[in-house]
Amino acid sequence: MAMNPKNFVQSATIAIEDITLQTALERGTSNADGRRRQVMAELDDPYALRMQGRHAKLRALHDLPDLLEQMERNVIANGGHVLWAADAAEARQHILNICRKHDLKRGVKSKSMVTEEIELLPALEAAGIRMVETDLGEYIVQLADDHPSHIVMPVMHRTKDEVRELFMEKIAMPYHEEASEMTAHARKTLREEFLNADFGMSGGNFMIAETGTVVIVTNEGNGRLSTGMPPVHIAVVGIEKIIPTWEDFATLIQLLPRSATGQRLTVYVNMFNGPARIDEPDGPQEFYLVLVDNGRSDVYASEYVEALACIRCGACLNACPVYQTVGGHSYGSVYSGPIGAIVTPAMWGKERASPLPFASSLCGACKEACPVEINIPDMLIALRRDLAKTQGPVWELGMKAWRFGNAHPLLFEMGGKFASKVTHAYMQSTGADKLDTLPPPLNGWTEHRDFPPFAEQSFHDWWRQNREDK
Amino acid sequence: MVDEILRPSPRHKPVSLFVTCIVDMVYPGTGVSVVEILEHLDIEVRFPMGQTCCGQPAFNSGFHDDARAVAKQFLTAFADAEVIVAPSGSCASMVRHYYPQLFKDDAEWYDRATWAASMTWEFTEYLVDGLGITDIGAKLPPMTVAFHHACHGLRLMGLKNQAQQLVENIDGVTVTELEGYDQCCGFGGLFSVKMPQISGAMLRDKIEHIKACDADMILTGDCSCMTQINGGLSRNQVEKHVTHIADLLARGLKHNDQ
Ligand code: SF4
Repeated sequence: MAMNPKNFVQSATIAIEDITLQTALERGTSNADGRRRQVMAELDDPYALRMQGRHAKLRALHDLPDLLEQMERNVIANGGHVLWAADAAEARQHILNICRKHDLKRGVKSKSMVTEEIELLPALEAAGIRMVETDLGEYIVQLADDHPSHIVMPVMHRTKDEVRELFMEKIAMPYHEEASEMTAHARKTLREEFLNADFGMSGGNFMIAETGTVVIVTNEGNGRLSTGMPPVHIAVVGIEKIIPTWEDFATLIQLLPRSATGQRLTVYVNMFNGPARIDEPDGPQEFYLVLVDNGRSDVYASEYVEALACIRCGACLNACPVYQTVGGHSYGSVYSGPIGAIVTPAMWGKERASPLPFASSLCGACKEACPVEINIPDMLIALRRDLAKTQGPVWELGMKAWRFGNAHPLLFEMGGKFASKVTHAYMQSTGADKLDTLPPPLNGWTEHRDFPPFAEQSFHDWWRQNREDK
Repeated sequence: MVDEILRPSPRHKPVSLFVTCIVDMVYPGTGVSVVEILEHLDIEVRFPMGQTCCGQPAFNSGFHDDARAVAKQFLTAFADAEVIVAPSGSCASMVRHYYPQLFKDDAEWYDRATWAASMTWEFTEYLVDGLGITDIGAKLPPMTVAFHHACHGLRLMGLKNQAQQLVENIDGVTVTELEGYDQCCGFGGLFSVKMPQISGAMLRDKIEHIKACDADMILTGDCSCMTQINGGLSRNQVEKHVTHIADLLARGLKHNDQ
């Protein structure tokens, strides 16, 4: 099914029945969530650290425009170039221009959600530029002509067996039992790509304004190879990734790996200050930073601004019982899960993504998991308010009737008595002690569960009889 | 917003019971249990007859004008209250967490909303944190129970082990752990009706955990989760049952009297 948030319910229904997917999701989310809980609990005061992280990001958002300009000045001073992209098309154009200018034909890329967001790969391909994903997960996605289903673990939706089959078919891998052997084979294949690439591309987990540094955090070392070996490095980063100081980085880097993969430390932290200096033997000759807005300024100016504090750790996805059930693809967006249900409508139009904010029981597990305590449930409620009318006349009118009944205590009591009479009459006719069918629009309930009868005596009446009259 | 620490003390004040709409119409016995427990503790209980619903069904579905109309009815009904107690973490959190937000652009009602928010308590929170009571002097034949922590109580009200403390002190009762006790049962108000497949899948996990649990009874503090889980247990012919905490406590008092 095409990636479209409008298809959420249909895609989710299919996903729930897909046993292979369910196996992969169950393992992926529960491992990641369990490890996160464990390593967060080890901290002396996890809440204090989360608050420190939260406020580092909120302070950065407060000063966002100034910090971005400071970043630009520092990158230029370090010998790099900065390009501003208002939307996805402009970002793609900037990148194509750079490729044309330096005659770039073969790229290697480390993991980046922003390049997915701006749909860069098809545009490069159309221009005859080859780009290979070097993050193992993204590489699998690329080989399978698939989409990432998780912002940190792009192939959370695939099992080991599926990956084995794919590697055997696409990159001539002999049968290997172990994941480590499969990885080794992919690594060997990728090594060639690094050596032949004329440019490297990365995203950025953080941009440090005070020194003009782009930081990426990885576990595979591919980030270092794709950015350090080729002669040109293009970093494509969303503008919300800016933080003012290294001090703030020191806070956030304690939270990111713990929340993302349940690691105390990440394996690689790469920091780019621009092109290689004269006395540096390694590193690119040219460094470009493409700053992507693509709807972020609109979010910045809205009540959903807090969503920009997200450090894309994926903890809320792993903790979310809905994500655990339906997987990332159901959301029909690069950004799935609880934060995706905020970011997708906030950046690309609420109407276009209207089912997503409703895909939640508002249990609050996302906020509890989030290292910067983004209030996702309250933002979902606000989005529902903005989208109230899209739910259709049945709900709108039903709600009006409900409101009328509940704003008038007498009607409320009469309604209860009526419901009691009807449910008891129905049960008498079926001989059951519960309701196994409810009329529309409430029939969704009885698809999966029974409903108890309304009481013969309401609490109001009990009180009248047993307390008031005594 | 109300400062969580600086709330007026509920001691030595009569309780105005907000029984919640679902208890009123479907589970009045739970309301009776609350009354019996409070009266046993010599607390004066009042029941404002004008009460209906807290407005959460409309609020959570985005119909905020409708929610406001119903919330005003609540605030009017409870205008004279000194302490408001509800046997539901979810409905209590609606008043405490969302009423001030709902009226943020209306000075008069905002004041009334924050005032109500500051004196609204979930039932077990009221007993344990508000009054410092952890043992109501109840007794039951030996049994093992486990808790399902309802989400709004857990995450919006910040309830921890208040209910557990009360239940552990019932003579004869042992508490064990339900796997995934803090995982949502999938109810989520209208979510359960509008996305029944997803809600149903979440419920399936909960049912599996309950089946695997060796407790004689599962306890929870919210009748809406109870309806979801019991509805699923009954549909799947599972013998186990979820009970409201207040009902078990009240049973323990009666058993004592015998
Ligand atoms: S919203 Fe929070 S938990 Fe979710 S990805 Fe962003 S930072 Fe991580």
